[in-house]
Formats: sequence, structure tokens, C-alpha cells
Amino acid sequence: MGIETYLEKTPFLPYLDWIVNWGRKYSIWPVTFGLACCALEMIVTSSATWDISRFGSEVFRPSPRQADLMIVAGTLTKKMAPMVKRIYEQMPEPKWVIAYGACACSGGVFKTYSVVQGVDKILPVDFYVPGCPPRPETLLTALVQLQKKIQNETLADRKNVRMALETEE
Amino acid sequence: MAEINIAVKKVQEKFPASVLEMKTFRDEVNVTVQRKDIFEICKFLYSDPDLQYQMLADLCGVDYFPQAPRFEVVYLLYSFKNNHRLRVKIKVGEGESVLSVESIWKAADWLEREAYDLFGISFANHPDLRRILLWDGYEGHPLRKDFPVEGPDFDKPFIPEV
Repeated sequence: MGIETYLEKTPFLPYLDWIVNWGRKYSIWPVTFGLACCALEMIVTSSATWDISRFGSEVFRPSPRQADLMIVAGTLTKKMAPMVKRIYEQMPEPKWVIAYGACACSGGVFKTYSVVQGVDKILPVDFYVPGCPPRPETLLTALVQLQKKIQNETLADRKNVRMALETEE
Repeated sequence: MAEINIAVKKVQEKFPASVLEMKTFRDEVNVTVQRKDIFEICKFLYSDPDLQYQMLADLCGVDYFPQAPRFEVVYLLYSFKNNHRLRVKIKVGEGESVLSVESIWKAADWLEREAYDLFGISFANHPDLRRILLWDGYEGHPLRKDFPVEGPDFDKPFIPEV
């Protein structure tokens, strides 16, 4: 158990929340990971024109163990789904997911036997970014929205997440 | 035009009972032959000094579902020597197997695996006949006309095995 167990009943928790969340929200590191054409829009978001590093997220991590955010960019096929789920499970808590593009949101035009009809069928998704493919600005919008969401989180909720994970095993 | 027909003519001379149909459409020569002779005919087309169809450009399956011999396997051949192309077709019924041409053209290895994966046409004497695009343990052959495009288990929840 973490520090939140001891601070939960005290008036210090909101201050700790604020500081921790402030640190978290400006250093969201995504996983280097793209599935289809939407990945190119995600890549170009990190280029000089859109410059994702303005929001502290330029450090695309090749290892899921060092990442906080999974941007599922592209069509998720059923053959690929076990690997994506595995990458997600390798990421340490706290972690967030952005479904980027129509295929990741809902399967898009591919209502077929081989495509997962939205990554929310296998992962908990925080933000959906529609479009085929979406503009890089929409990814930045999702990132800013995610920062707002992170700022409003509390460590007390995270304790519940951790307990759920521990009882699962 | 007349030169391309040399291939058909030679095949007809060598395998008189085998050539079922010969059709030319927009300078493309199509030959339909008997299923059991396909290996011998391919070997002949490959090795005959005047023909030398040494490249298998493509091998694919077709499903004409309500018809009686249900499938068709199409071989697209190319001769470097003559700069000629030839399309050889065979009719295959459900459950029947075709002799593999992998020992003639190495390219046929994955192409036959693809036809097996998506149509369920089995190729005899193939060294490694397993699915190539879909994952192991998948049931059904999706490019068949009677396969539902969303898949048979579309309504059920999808749980990946990690």
C-alpha cells in the first residue's frame, strides 16, 4: 500500500493530490506504438509543426514499462489484440488510454470478422478521438483534456484501482 | 497473338485430353485444364525450352458458390524468354485437393497457403500447409461466399488470449 493509505483520512490528501497530479499531467509519456495509418498522424504530432513537447508528452517510450499513456492509433485486428492487451498490462499504474481514430473508437468501416469493433472491447478507454484519420490538433485536444482529467483525480481513487488489481491476482 | 497460342498448342499436343477450354480476351490467354493434370502441365510449361514460364506471378482461389465445382484455382504465369503471359485455371470441388506446384515455383509456397487459409482448398504435397494470414485455431475460411462478413461469432464478446 502507498502513502495514500495513511493520508486518506487527513486534510493533507488534497494538497498531495494537487502536487502529484501536477507532476503527472505535464509528463505523460506515451508508448511508441501505432497500428495503421492513424499512427502517421500521431507521429506528425511530435514534429515541429504541432510539437507535442509543449504539453510534456514528447518522450515516446519504446518500453511499456516506462509509459503512462497508450495512444491506440489505427485499426485493431483480432490477430493483434492479444499483443495490444499485453502491452497495456505491462504498463505500470497509473495509465491512460486514448482511442485515436474511427477504427480504434468503433471499428470504423471495418465491420468484419477480423477487426475488433473498438478498443473499448478489450481496454478501458479514457478519450475517444474520432476522425479518419483525425488531425494532429485533435490529439493535442485529447491530451489537454486528459491533463484536466488527471488534475481532478485523487489518490484515494487510485487506491481502489490498486486493490482491484491485487484481489484479481 | 499467334505466338502466344504456341503455349496452348503445345499443351494441347502434349495433354490432348486435359485442355477443357481456351479463351482469349483482350490479348490475354486463358486456359482451363483438368485438375488432376495441373502439376504435369505446370512442369511442362516451366521446363519446355520454347516456353519457359519461369515466373509464377500469382496463384489465387475463386469461389463460385452455387455452381457445382465450387472453386477455381488460377495460376498467372510469365515467360521471361518470350515476354508472354498465360493464365491457367482449374476447377476444384469442395473437399477435393490440388497437387502443389511448390516444387516447381518456390513462390507457390505462401500463395498456396493463402488459398488454403481463405478458401479451404487443400494442396497435396505442400511442405508446410498451415494458415498464413489468420491466426492458428481460427475456424472457417473467410473468403468463401457463404461465410458471413462479420464472422460467425459477431454477437459474442471478444476476449483475446494474452
